[in-house]
Amino acid sequence: MMRRWVLAISFVCAVAAPALADDPVVTITLKDHQFVPSEVPVPAGVKVQLQVKNEQQVTAEFESNSLHREKIVNAGGEITVFVGPLDPGSYEFFDDFHNDTRGHLIAK
Amino acid sequence: MLPTAIIVFREVLEAALIVGIVMAASRGALRRGLWVSGGIAAGVLGACGVAAFAATIAAAAEGMGQELFDAGILFAAVGMLGWHNVWMSRHGRELAATALQLGNAVKSGARPLWALAFAVALAVLREGSEIVLFLYGIALAGQGGPLAMVIGGLIGLALGVAAGTAIYWGLVSIPMRLLFTVTSWLVLLLAAGLASQGAAFLMQADLLPSLGSNLWDTSFLLSDQSLAGRILHTLIGYTAQPAGIQLVFYAMTLLLIGGLMRLVGSSERLAHSKPQGDSAVIPAE
Repeated sequence: MMRRWVLAISFVCAVAAPALADDPVVTITLKDHQFVPSEVPVPAGVKVQLQVKNEQQVTAEFESNSLHREKIVNAGGEITVFVGPLDPGSYEFFDDFHNDTRGHLIAK
Repeated sequence: MLPTAIIVFREVLEAALIVGIVMAASRGALRRGLWVSGGIAAGVLGACGVAAFAATIAAAAEGMGQELFDAGILFAAVGMLGWHNVWMSRHGRELAATALQLGNAVKSGARPLWALAFAVALAVLREGSEIVLFLYGIALAGQGGPLAMVIGGLIGLALGVAAGTAIYWGLVSIPMRLLFTVTSWLVLLLAAGLASQGAAFLMQADLLPSLGSNLWDTSFLLSDQSLAGRILHTLIGYTAQPAGIQLVFYAMTLLLIGGLMRLVGSSERLAHSKPQGDSAVIPAE
């Protein structure tokens, strides 16, 4: 039983770990209730690592319905969100705590 | 003030709907008010704790701590709601049959109200910690002044509680003998929806495959961000653009809890249908 768990966990790590190393990294910054850039080009068909930085004094929540992502970004903090592999197209994301703050991932 | 009210309302809404359903589901049970309010209080305390350690949680598990934490809370709540439902499918019939008798108090004492209280605590903790983080953020930034924040927060809280109260009164207007059936269906759908949310967090943490990132898109009919969309999201797990893995977890939860309820319920019916002179409990269906 124990062995099976160890196996399962090491399998999960083996699958998850290379993702950290090789994926393209894209940085999005929150400033004055704007995403910079607000149109974010990303490669389609591969996993992408988004680094979302919050340079505001207020907490934000990076969220996207089409990407199924929601994650709190503390004031002055930074989070990592993996997305993809995506089909080509536009994917909207927003700050759930300030609903007018919106941007798009453009997968090409 | 208004943005604060809206955000607080949204977060309170989800927890309040769950509390409303749980209160209706436990109608007639001994000391349920104490259990549920205890759950709410524990949830509020927990929310402050989680908010205080938000940065630590977020940094855990190589930056995926938030996802694992949220998923853990959601699946724990699914387990609690499921456990209570399965227990009720075994004993609910006799509880309903003796609802107006004195002995009911003793029998309902064994009912796992702690499971409902725990589920309430988890819901309040999850939504509450977001409120605390959000309010703490605007308090630090000094946006609009403390009075506007407090008033906005209170308006949001009041509206959310009103929604939870509305669903409670709607449910308890259902006749007692039907109430058990209706609330156990509601709790079952609620649990399935929470499991699908949990799956989304594990997918976000890269621990589960998406199995198709958007199977369909009904956002033109009902957006996730509309009020009705949010209410249905909590009640039945509505998502305009579900991922395959969410559907799998939704269906598995329905089958697992629903199956156990049927299994346990039918063996109970069998035991009662044996001629023992007392035919007060008649197998339904």
